[in-house]
Amino acid sequence: MKAVDGVSLAIRRGQWLGLVGESGCGKTTLAKTAIRLLKPTDGHIYFDAPDEVKAEIEKLESSDNKDGRLTALLKDNDLATFSGERLHLLRRRAQLVHQDPFTSLDPRMRIKQIVAEPLRIHKIISDQSPEIAVRELLGRVGLSAAQMERYPHQFSGGQRQRIAIARALATKPEFIAFDEPTSALDVSVQAQILNLLKDLKKGFGLTYLYITHELLIAESVCDYIAVMYLGKVVEMGKPEEIFHAPRHPYAQSLIAATPVPDPKRRVGRIVLPGEVPSPSNPPPGCSFHPRCSRARQQCREISPELKLISGDHYVACFEPL
Amino acid sequence: MKDLIRIRDVSVRFYTYEGVVHAIDDLDLDIRQGETLGIVGETGSGKTMTALAILRLVPYPGKIESGSIVFVDKGLDKEIELLKLSEERMRSIRGNKISMVFQEPGAALNPVYTIGDQISEVYLLHQRQELAQRARERVNSLLANGRNGWAATVKRPFWRWQRRLYSKIAQESNSIEPRLLGRLPLFRRLLRRLSDEAMLLTVDMLKDVEIPDPARVAAHYPHELSGGMKQRAVIAMALACSPELLIADEPTTSLDVTIQAQMLELFRRIKVDKGASVLFVTHNLGVASEVCDRVAVMYAGRLCEVAPVEELFLNPLHPYTKALLDAVPMPGKELLTIPGALADALNPPPGCRFHPRCPSAKPVCQQERAILKEVSKDHMVACYLY
Repeated sequence: MKAVDGVSLAIRRGQWLGLVGESGCGKTTLAKTAIRLLKPTDGHIYFDAPDEVKAEIEKLESSDNKDGRLTALLKDNDLATFSGERLHLLRRRAQLVHQDPFTSLDPRMRIKQIVAEPLRIHKIISDQSPEIAVRELLGRVGLSAAQMERYPHQFSGGQRQRIAIARALATKPEFIAFDEPTSALDVSVQAQILNLLKDLKKGFGLTYLYITHELLIAESVCDYIAVMYLGKVVEMGKPEEIFHAPRHPYAQSLIAATPVPDPKRRVGRIVLPGEVPSPSNPPPGCSFHPRCSRARQQCREISPELKLISGDHYVACFEPL
Repeated sequence: MKDLIRIRDVSVRFYTYEGVVHAIDDLDLDIRQGETLGIVGETGSGKTMTALAILRLVPYPGKIESGSIVFVDKGLDKEIELLKLSEERMRSIRGNKISMVFQEPGAALNPVYTIGDQISEVYLLHQRQELAQRARERVNSLLANGRNGWAATVKRPFWRWQRRLYSKIAQESNSIEPRLLGRLPLFRRLLRRLSDEAMLLTVDMLKDVEIPDPARVAAHYPHELSGGMKQRAVIAMALACSPELLIADEPTTSLDVTIQAQMLELFRRIKVDKGASVLFVTHNLGVASEVCDRVAVMYAGRLCEVAPVEELFLNPLHPYTKALLDAVPMPGKELLTIPGALADALNPPPGCRFHPRCPSAKPVCQQERAILKEVSKDHMVACYLY
């Protein structure tokens, strides 16, 4: 089964990239692969690698000359080959916040232990009392230091997600991947968390990969959006481009299907027929063609490549809208 | 429009070790005939409890403390006080006149029975007489057919027996002879036409909720279906007896956006085709604006505002409604948050429960609860600002 299939994606420093798609489209797998919680079967992942190195690897790969230089370069720069100490160092720079704050915190640990654990593992604090650091981290995410003796069950969903964010911030990472951090939360709490993420990003100069199935969230907070369908990225672009002028039929119907709290916008929706096919047995050609109203013969045979159509806007469709 | 359900002064309390939780506090709400009423609110606002109270399914240790819930039966032209009915009579209303679709379709279906079995159970329970009538007609046509041959000759006396049994059930669903026979092996098979008829109705119902190849799906077990299909099956089950009120508790929360859109389309069609009222419980304001005619906003067990859908979204009056709408992410809009946290259910603040978080709270809000009053036609709000 190909959970993620031939995805090429770049996240620039300081960017907030939104990864949007329905369940089973491979967005979580992609994020976990990006920070090497999963090992890709094929392909390269670069983290903060200089452009010259990437160009050189590409050049060496296309030539037949497979010498030690390529292996050495990959070993130094490609996350896919990392292991042991190198991976441990990467973990410090790239963190993940899980979807469900009710299962991602150990119920038998106190908050201060949870938040201090990364500090201990990465030996960031030498002395035995990490309390000052924990106090500061909790303050950063809007929790009071008085709460650090408590256990996770004593907190509400929103507060737990704040604790998870504090834990991710503990190692002072440069990059954080969020896996639907607000899907288990109420609207008002969700707004609080999103605003917190905005402030933290500004305060620490972080780079975010934000997974969500709700387009409206991606549109309102992200700088750049990638829409995934069945393991492939079908459209990438700036939020306003994707939201107001989507070019891929799937992105278009996803936007039309998103309920908006405005009773005037009810009309003209496109209801997609059918369901997402199983990724273990994807349809041939473009994986969206069985549900696409514009599918042609070509779509049933060949899978379209992601192509640049304007500025920063990429679409994988033979006949973009 | 006439009322279908009138909820008056209903309070639901939970007696826990930590204290008394006021899940619903003096709620007044009407559901009109043929409308879709949405209840929106956050976790712990009492929206699901309201739905469960109508069906008298409030779980232990919760209790409906006071108030009245009147159900206006269109068919019998009678007003029924649901809170005073016997458990037996209540059971004849649940799933029949008032039915419910639950949040998690996977948990609402029994994994060891096929979809068809589970839906036909509703017919066998609530519509035994109608099924018997249909079965009798089928036997009649077999008898009138005048087929010859040895098989028909052998079967004919049994057909006559079946006809008599089905007539008895059609007159009195609990009559003694079919009931006894139903317990005897072999003789039980005389009644199998009832379940055959129920299965036919089930397949029709599955077709009604747009399930492709309904006969095959009826023979499937729940795990063989996708989330969307399961939810369709659950909706088919709820619609089986043409209820007058369909209660849907977060029916699209566990589904993907495109499947959710299909489901909302289905709910819109149900309202038009079946003329049923729908009580739609959701935390998603977008979903509420898509399907509802009127929307009620709840906070900490109390009603804040009830208004027609356009009025509520374009001209919200209650500070909580406004704050909730501001918290929904929209492109090109600043995300505003509500300060503070949800009211503690064990020790709710006195007066208006929203006052500690309200930007325009007045001294009176801290002491006394605002009552729900009509500010413009159909637009009711519980706030001292109006």
